[in-house]
Amino acid sequence: MSADGQRSLTRSTAAALAAAIVAGDVTALEVTNAHLARIDEVDPAVHAFLYIDHEGARAQAAAIDAKIAAGEPVGPLAGVPVALKDIFTQVGIPTTAGSRILEGWRPPYDSGVVDRLREAGCVILGKTNMDEFAMGSSTEHSGYGPTHNPWDLERIPGGSGGGSAAAVAAYEAPLAVGTDTGGSIRQPGAVTGTVGVKPTYGGVSRYGLIALASSLDQAGPVARTVMDAALLHAAIGGHDARDSTSIAQPVPDVVGAAHKADVRGLKIGLVRQLMGEGYQAGVSQRFDEAVEILRELGAEVVEVSCPNFEYALAAYYLILPSEASSNLARFDGMRFGLRAGDDGDANVEQVMSATRAAGFGDEVKRRIMLGTYALSSGYYDAYYGQAQKVRTLVANDFAAAFDQVDVLLSPTTPTTAFKFGEKLADPVAMYLNDIATIPVNLAGNCAMSLPIGLAPEDGLPVGLQIMAPAMADDRMYNVGSALEAALVNRWGHHLIEEAPAL
Amino acid sequence: MSSQTSISTEQVAHLANLARMTLTDDELTRYADQLDHILHAVARVGEVAADEVPAMSHPQPMVNVWREDVVTPGLSAEDVLAGAPAAEDERFRVPRILDGE
Amino acid sequence: MTTTDTTLTFDDAIAAYDPLLGFEVHVELSTNSKMFCGCPTEFGAAPNTQVCPTCVGLPGSMPVVNRTAVESTIKIGLALNCEIASWCRFARKNYFYPDMPKDYQISQYDEPLCSDGYLDVDVVDADGNHQNVRVEIERVHMEEDTGKLLHTGGDTGRIHGADYSLVDYNRAGVPLIEIVTKPVPGTGALAPEVGRAYVQALREVVKSLGVSDVRMEQGSLRCDANISLMPKGSPVWGTRTETKNVNSFRSVERALRSEIIRQSNVLSSGGTVVQETRHFQETTGDTTSGRVKSDAEDYRYFPEPDLIPIAPEKQWVDELRAGLPEAPGLRIARLQQEWDLSDFDMQSVVNAGALELVVATIEAGADHSAARKWWLGELTRIANSQGTSLAELAITPAQVARLAELVDSGTLNDKLARKVIEGVLAGEGEPDAVIESRGLAVVSDDGPLLAAIDEAVAANPDVVGRITGGKPQAAGVIVGAVMKATRGQADAGRVRELLFEKLGVTPE
Repeated sequence: MSADGQRSLTRSTAAALAAAIVAGDVTALEVTNAHLARIDEVDPAVHAFLYIDHEGARAQAAAIDAKIAAGEPVGPLAGVPVALKDIFTQVGIPTTAGSRILEGWRPPYDSGVVDRLREAGCVILGKTNMDEFAMGSSTEHSGYGPTHNPWDLERIPGGSGGGSAAAVAAYEAPLAVGTDTGGSIRQPGAVTGTVGVKPTYGGVSRYGLIALASSLDQAGPVARTVMDAALLHAAIGGHDARDSTSIAQPVPDVVGAAHKADVRGLKIGLVRQLMGEGYQAGVSQRFDEAVEILRELGAEVVEVSCPNFEYALAAYYLILPSEASSNLARFDGMRFGLRAGDDGDANVEQVMSATRAAGFGDEVKRRIMLGTYALSSGYYDAYYGQAQKVRTLVANDFAAAFDQVDVLLSPTTPTTAFKFGEKLADPVAMYLNDIATIPVNLAGNCAMSLPIGLAPEDGLPVGLQIMAPAMADDRMYNVGSALEAALVNRWGHHLIEEAPAL
Repeated sequence: MSSQTSISTEQVAHLANLARMTLTDDELTRYADQLDHILHAVARVGEVAADEVPAMSHPQPMVNVWREDVVTPGLSAEDVLAGAPAAEDERFRVPRILDGE
Repeated sequence: MTTTDTTLTFDDAIAAYDPLLGFEVHVELSTNSKMFCGCPTEFGAAPNTQVCPTCVGLPGSMPVVNRTAVESTIKIGLALNCEIASWCRFARKNYFYPDMPKDYQISQYDEPLCSDGYLDVDVVDADGNHQNVRVEIERVHMEEDTGKLLHTGGDTGRIHGADYSLVDYNRAGVPLIEIVTKPVPGTGALAPEVGRAYVQALREVVKSLGVSDVRMEQGSLRCDANISLMPKGSPVWGTRTETKNVNSFRSVERALRSEIIRQSNVLSSGGTVVQETRHFQETTGDTTSGRVKSDAEDYRYFPEPDLIPIAPEKQWVDELRAGLPEAPGLRIARLQQEWDLSDFDMQSVVNAGALELVVATIEAGADHSAARKWWLGELTRIANSQGTSLAELAITPAQVARLAELVDSGTLNDKLARKVIEGVLAGEGEPDAVIESRGLAVVSDDGPLLAAIDEAVAANPDVVGRITGGKPQAAGVIVGAVMKATRGQADAGRVRELLFEKLGVTPE
């Protein structure tokens, strides 16, 4: 295949690829090879992938081609490549969650998300980089080195799912799956100019998703367009009986909503607590412009107040470490993964302690200790208990707001992509990246980030967050699709096309 | 509230022991500092007068999610032991529980 | 405690101190699958063959509650007169141990499924009087079992001195129910007996529900016995110890007795009891020091976020309540009255493990004295000689009932019935088939009997003379000879009738 041909395949949307493959215009294998070639070309600089499954991906693609040739039914995303965050188990494929403690571990079972991807006919290209155990906003906490932002390789791609967002932004894959515990899909989406969605909690199976904070974690789609995100969301979403927290209802019609793209008569709320002070000027400017576009498209825009959002960050940084300290206990060197210090003389407690000291990175240790503290007797009520009450208050704020409006808007992040090392020394400054994304995780409803332009001062992408009530995921696709269409109409292209060549 | 949040290196050592992580003296000092800093920030949750507010452990108001008592296929001993750092006689081999004499 | 001289006896100890008891009993449920995954629960499978990502705690795995385990727990709670929570959650108990796959145990903390119940137990005091002791139940909650450790190297497979250990996770995740009592005060010298009677009564209750094998020797019922002593009249509770590894009813009693003596000697010599876990040693009858419960232990319980709260509907609980079997204690009292037995006779039935068999035999048509007679007599003798239990004998209550019916109707006499039992146990089929194939029916046709009587009369003229001479009791010799001639198949009563008829004698 010609270089131009490869380029057009990697620049194509997932929707277009799926249509072309099923129509026989191009084979799944050609599409997969084009993306593998792109990965081999740019990933040494981007480092979006921790594992590239060349052979496995080609075999999956060839199997899809054989099915199509035989006239057998195929899934809605047949032959479309997808990059998988390295937090999902996939049989026989190294799965590390970005941690040295899991180096070389090959799971004996598939996650629910992998099951759904296979059913949809997706070709899994490999596993993407992430902050260790999804703890971070920059991928600087990956045990395997950071991912670089395709817009500026000196800057962070966001986190924890920086690998998934960068892979999609760098045309290494049209689609990726991420996980979002406090913004780990949306914040990377915002800083890489891609679309990232955190579905309603319980909307996508967590079975086989290596847990960070069980009551906050949610898997979701990463794409370059709202429609592509909807297609992937529909493919991976839905009930899984192996996850007790999975919602036993059909996925809302997110694809239909992305087609609808009509905000006339819709009431949109701007969250007072998630604007203004503390937000970069260019971020606020692009946000205001996007709101104005929605108004022009026929939406009614009002301001709403969610006073308890002020406490969301504090509550989040108690609940997350608490659950994580327990979820990460099993990484003890006994049944899988790394074992350190087993010299035949050391006892089990010493070996566990040495293993965890050697295998966990700095941020993971910090949060485990924070969570251990917050749950320990004498402190539980003041920290974890109180944080759970704040959670109720945040959910109540959302409920009151959604009584008035259909969706809520905010900038996704306070700033555009920052430089490596800028916030590494100050954990609290790093945590502030998640200020706007965290409330949704606490309450369990859904949100999307989509690109709305470049900040004039640094030329880097700005994201807008659309928040909708639980199980009203379709609303954010409707609004996002309408806004995206208006922006593309204005610019003449998708924002991602302004990214510099790698 | 904030008066409570002063973390000593001894406390960090205790937490590290509870969490089974061997820390160096440098780490103990650094984490004591950082945990102190973080705890000051998160102690804000105590500012909300929330005695009557129910605690929320689960984001959805669901109840009674269960399965019927039916046996389903699992993993073979071979598969489950394949990832083990050490195995012997179809079992996971782990270091001694108690110190030797 | 190694060198304290034992100077106080049990009686001395009880004279000076009041014991305060408490029990934590773990019951493994006999569900088909584990508590949170679909792996089988059978005992004795090859290591690590009943496992999956969930019960080995692989990264990414998730638990899903077994509905039958919840139902069984509610049944136990109801049988122990507990309140059933309208809403409760699972909680994680965090601690590291290699037999615990996730390094936390899914359990319940401050929201148990069942709470505030009681179980009445019957103990007999030194004067032989029955005393009812009400043991109050604090809570009944659900949790998961751990894997099994095998200690290797060193001596005799014990944890002490082992070089390393091997783990089998087949048992990890098997549903476990923990039944915790409130402190039991005021038992005095009866404390050891109360302990034994409580565990025994609890076992009967759980067994009657059919939710567990409750076999102490296999570990499907495990008892931890807590005890503390306080000086007589003191309102302040003493420091308690928790004795584990108590594997039989008798051990419960022995362990409590030994611990009362040990603690009283520590206290009377001015020492303090250490709060610790102790292990009962079957061979010596003593307890030995185990793990010291230090302040460092902090389980950091919090609600299990991977599991949704349980909220049993009232209608479901009501249905389970209505379907409960009669409480074992009440049932025994009722049957004793119905069968008109003395305490001793009723206790014999229970102790022989014959209660359910006798009840089933009566249900199959036998009267209670016949049912009791066969199970406690011939069948117990056979079971003892074979070193097995009544329940394991290859004869059913229905077969015993048929046997009783055949004896009652005169088709069999006791001697023949024993031969029929022998045939049934040998696998020769139903009692009627054994009678047929072995030709065992009582000969009731007078013809062959008369011929045999003629022969016996002819052979024993002197005996005949004694009978006709006014000593009818001498007829036994002739009857015996006839029985011998007919290989025991004659109806002895009929032989006697025919003999007297023939000799023209009228017995008084």
